[in-house]
Amino acid sequence: MKWSYASQRKEYGRALIDLGKTRKDVVVLDADLSGSTRTADFAKEFPEHFFNCGIAEQNMMGTAAGFACSGKTVFASTFAVFATGRCWDQIRQSICYPKLNVKICATHAGITVGGDGASHQTGEDVALMRTLPNMTVVVPADAPETYKVTRAFADWNGPCYMRMGRLDFPTVTDAEAQFKIGKGSLLREGEDVTLIGAGIMVSRCLEAAEQLERRNISAQVINMASIKPLDEGLIAQAVKKTGAIVTAEEHNIVSGLGSAVASYLCEHDPVPVKRVGLMDTFGESGEGEELMKKYGLTAEKIIEAADDVLKRR
Amino acid sequence: MVAYPDDIIAELERRANLIRRHVIRMTRAAGSGHPGGSLSSSDIIAALYFKIMNHHPQDPSWEDRDRFVLSKGHAAPALYAALAENGYFPVEELLTLRKLGSRLQGHPSKNKLPGVEMSTGSLGQGLSVANGMGLAAKLDRKAYRIYCVCGDGEMQSGQIWEAAMLGAHYELDNVTAFLDRNKLQIDGPTEKIMSLEPLPEKWRAFGWHVIEIDGHDMRQILDACDKAKETKGRPTMIIAHTVKGKGVSFMENALSFHGKAPNDEETKKALKELGEEL
Repeated sequence: MKWSYASQRKEYGRALIDLGKTRKDVVVLDADLSGSTRTADFAKEFPEHFFNCGIAEQNMMGTAAGFACSGKTVFASTFAVFATGRCWDQIRQSICYPKLNVKICATHAGITVGGDGASHQTGEDVALMRTLPNMTVVVPADAPETYKVTRAFADWNGPCYMRMGRLDFPTVTDAEAQFKIGKGSLLREGEDVTLIGAGIMVSRCLEAAEQLERRNISAQVINMASIKPLDEGLIAQAVKKTGAIVTAEEHNIVSGLGSAVASYLCEHDPVPVKRVGLMDTFGESGEGEELMKKYGLTAEKIIEAADDVLKRR
Repeated sequence: MVAYPDDIIAELERRANLIRRHVIRMTRAAGSGHPGGSLSSSDIIAALYFKIMNHHPQDPSWEDRDRFVLSKGHAAPALYAALAENGYFPVEELLTLRKLGSRLQGHPSKNKLPGVEMSTGSLGQGLSVANGMGLAAKLDRKAYRIYCVCGDGEMQSGQIWEAAMLGAHYELDNVTAFLDRNKLQIDGPTEKIMSLEPLPEKWRAFGWHVIEIDGHDMRQILDACDKAKETKGRPTMIIAHTVKGKGVSFMENALSFHGKAPNDEETKKALKELGEEL
């Protein structure tokens, strides 16, 4: 498929600036990665409302909590692996337990970080965040959706986590489409199988659906940006319509989108399901696209999974 | 600086003693909790809640109030006693500490109890929160101040020193922290478990205004808070030398009462020592 590509990070930075124009309660924190996370864009416009915390992410989360105690809506950014892994206890104790308005917006998630290697990649962040009570977890599929999620976070009462990639992502969502926390969106209609994706894998689901169509298999595609709360109603509809589910995420298959969907299915609507994602492994250095191929984050893997669930239906 | 008259000092000492008696009764009723570290910080907490801080117990979210963060969350009984005696909630409720359904959680929970500014308990995190509050006050050009009580054991965690850097970097002269230096942690003396000294030099090196006091001398506590208020351009760390279990002879410097409640006999004896009319 022919895609146009755009940067999630850039749209995050743009959304922060737009928020800064009207929302005096917004403050932005970073941990020495403001150029990469694009919070520097906000810092340039609103230097008084930006606070660099240095390479001390745990302290950044605590400081964010203190701001939120004082009525601020706080955006805190760094790379996803540091935001969620290094700071899990601070997020649990100082942000989620007191249910504070801290929006953790992390970039460089997944393995498409590329050359930095496994130390800077993460396939665990969604798992770590969705297990926390009071936390909302959103994985936007593309740049335009990232802008909308950022705005939605500012209006949401409580802690939030957003996962962004380093690479420019294919634009898959409609410019006019609304984003709502707790709602997924049906991007393509189909009758035989449902492909549920998050992040960059939504584009791979659409590619897979197109290839399946050539084999007369009608696949519908859901963008499940809101992983917590999960859009269970949309999954229920998909089960009713197709009775076979494939999930796809640039994340460990342990405790990510696929696990969330599978848990729902097991309890409510047991139909065949197959998860595509990182197979409980660390990544390595390489180009983003190369890594996606090597680690099975491809349309081909999604097609194999679709064949598998259709066989078992 | 204010010279505090003797009657004010005596009244605050009486309040601190009242907090101590509550701590004994509460931990006895709960059958668990941390009397040792609650008693070592009782004078500081009494000074803050009955003299130093501007706050309105009838309006706990008054936006210009001074803020308090109990970084050593296990001293919750002392905080709860001060809040109840200020009228944030009924004094009778103190005896529900740690019980199912109580608003008085084992460690402070922000959304459960009026007057609790922040949930704490996982050590090393409170000073970062106090800094965030200090930054917010400056951003809003508000004059309120932020007080934080840290334990000495939590000086071993790295986040404290991250917060030390940030507080000095952003010149948070509206943040005043106390270090309840009772010199004991669960496994033994701090200097034996993981040595902390020289603490005054460390905090000075990190850019803080450091004052050392006797943490059980009410006049010294008040004077230190006043000196902190007058200090511009940097936060203040008041290193308060204290005695764990202060006020109860058999609890003083006794490791066993870090996290153990007194039994009936010990409770009676403790309350008597603390001047309760039986």
